[in-house]
Amino acid sequence: MTGESVISDDMRAVVGVESDPITYEVEKGAIVKFAQAIGDNNPIFNNEEAARDSAYGGIIAPPTFMRSLISNPVPDFNNPYNAVVDGGSEWEYYEPVRPGDRITVRTKIADLFERPGRLGNMLFTIRETSYTNQFEKIVALQRTTGISYEPPE
Amino acid sequence: MAEQLYFEDVTEGMALPVLEKNPTSQQLVKYAGASGDYYQIHYDQNYAKNNGLPDIILHGALKGSWLGQLMTDWIGEEGHLKKLVTQYRGMDVPGTPMYGKGVVKRKYSEDGEDLVECDIWLEDHEGKKTTPGSAIVSLPTKN
Repeated sequence: MTGESVISDDMRAVVGVESDPITYEVEKGAIVKFAQAIGDNNPIFNNEEAARDSAYGGIIAPPTFMRSLISNPVPDFNNPYNAVVDGGSEWEYYEPVRPGDRITVRTKIADLFERPGRLGNMLFTIRETSYTNQFEKIVALQRTTGISYEPPE
Repeated sequence: MAEQLYFEDVTEGMALPVLEKNPTSQQLVKYAGASGDYYQIHYDQNYAKNNGLPDIILHGALKGSWLGQLMTDWIGEEGHLKKLVTQYRGMDVPGTPMYGKGVVKRKYSEDGEDLVECDIWLEDHEGKKTTPGSAIVSLPTKN
């Protein structure tokens, strides 16, 4: 361990800075495509007629569908490492997401720290992303852990 | 469609129905397209190997989606998923089955909702828990 931190002052300055919001219109076809991609045949995610008879009254998005609604980047965040691995997600859900909803996505870095590991020095980036619908209700929050490192030669 | 699960049907320690997945490299391409995650480690062998990986690997978020499905399959249309926590602790590759499993940890009522907390995970074909997690759901009651 060299003892030198890879986290610069510029990087620290970006913690808490929110990305420019971006708004997506949720499409039924995109919901069904996502459900099929993960292999989930639940009718409420796939079949409008069956979903209409359900408690939801129509198709809703599977819980992790919002992964496909990608935020704008956090401004001025320059990762010194080239490889990034997804360490995990924590989702909190408040409202269902339906075709036609307009979801606004905002993200910020909540924390930045480093640890030595099997792959050398590892930079952990904790992001908090919010998803808000056209009624200004937060439909979900996602907290993700990104683990960056320098790939071996 | 499966029968609705009710709060009364749940006991602490009970196991959730197992979810089996058989990911293929084609599924990883489908998931890349549907999610917008085009990171080449999930479908380009050379790229994966140049990044120190054994093979193309499953997107962590695809594994997370399966844990989501484990819960939504169990709770039925009147249950609600409130919290889903997933950690990607191991690399998993296509061509081998994965199993979504869970156990009810706690059953409780709070703020007018009837809630169940579960420990959940994905296991690979050797029984290794590569993707641990937890979930909280609300369930309807029979009355």
